[in-house]
Amino acid sequence: MSDQAHPVYEHRDVAPGDEEEVRVGPRVIGYVIGLGLAILLTATSFFVAATNLVWQPSIPVALLVLAIAQMGVHLVFFLHITTGPDNTNNVMALAFGLLIVFLVVGGSVWIMSHLDQNMMPMEQIMHELRQH
Amino acid sequence: MTDATLPYVAHGDPHHVRGMQESVIAHEGPAPKRIVTGFGFWIFLLSDIVMFSCFFASYSVLLGQTAGGPSGAQLFDLRSVAAETAFLLLSSFACGMASIAADVRSVRWYQIAMAVTGLLGLGFLLLEVREFTDLVSRGAGPTRSAFLSAFFTLVGCHGVHVTAGLLWLLTMMAQVYTKGFRADIMRRMLCFALFWHALDIIWVAIFSIVYLIGSAT
Repeated sequence: MSDQAHPVYEHRDVAPGDEEEVRVGPRVIGYVIGLGLAILLTATSFFVAATNLVWQPSIPVALLVLAIAQMGVHLVFFLHITTGPDNTNNVMALAFGLLIVFLVVGGSVWIMSHLDQNMMPMEQIMHELRQH
Repeated sequence: MTDATLPYVAHGDPHHVRGMQESVIAHEGPAPKRIVTGFGFWIFLLSDIVMFSCFFASYSVLLGQTAGGPSGAQLFDLRSVAAETAFLLLSSFACGMASIAADVRSVRWYQIAMAVTGLLGLGFLLLEVREFTDLVSRGAGPTRSAFLSAFFTLVGCHGVHVTAGLLWLLTMMAQVYTKGFRADIMRRMLCFALFWHALDIIWVAIFSIVYLIGSAT
């Protein structure tokens, strides 16, 4: 009872890639589920890219969403990154990495597309002017 | 003084509010080496992903800059890309099986799973080399346009990572063969599995952004 009232501080971290589960069967099933989901998402990506059934301008967004979903599947089922308290350090590092990735990619695309519109080459500007 | 620092020391663990002494004494010291090694390698992988994000950014910016040369839609063979994706995904799965085999100390299944992982990775690499030589022979090498420079840099960098991963895989097989499942070998195996799975995550971004979106626009 006194152990219940004063539990020994047993907060253990988990190394990235390590699982809580130790039995072989459930671990294999976890990988199989991950593989199945990944195949499903990949097949959907390739289908969406090739089909004419989807409204064309929505395709890049759909592909991005599918890619992000599949990366999530890989993180959870293959790299075993969870939301558990033993995984906080790994998730925080991942969150910081993702922040930098979004800043770099989003910022580059945003800034360069504006530059593209506002700083056209000279002949293109002259061409635009001549048309008016 | 002690009372002032108490809430911070015991933060997140209400059972220890009554004794700062206890929580100091019960401090467990440095984390086990497996966690330190795994976490350090995780930080390296994230920095690697940040480096890849720069290549992705330059590819996205230069996607339309074909300089009158061929565009992605004219160049990419999506059937080959699908085969590469299948090879790498199955390879990642086999690597997971190798991790399990290592944890249950089964040398035979470990070597089988690692061999399958390596062969699938090699298949991926051969398809990629075939694609690159095909592009260069058609006059669409990295010097043709800014778009192709960005393409070869990004996809080639991933290919270099896979090559390094294959060499690492062979050394892992050899180390387990000669030294068995020692603690340090198991730590290296943990890092290798992280590396191999991370390469698959980057490939997901590559086939989606470079090949599928790149051939749609």
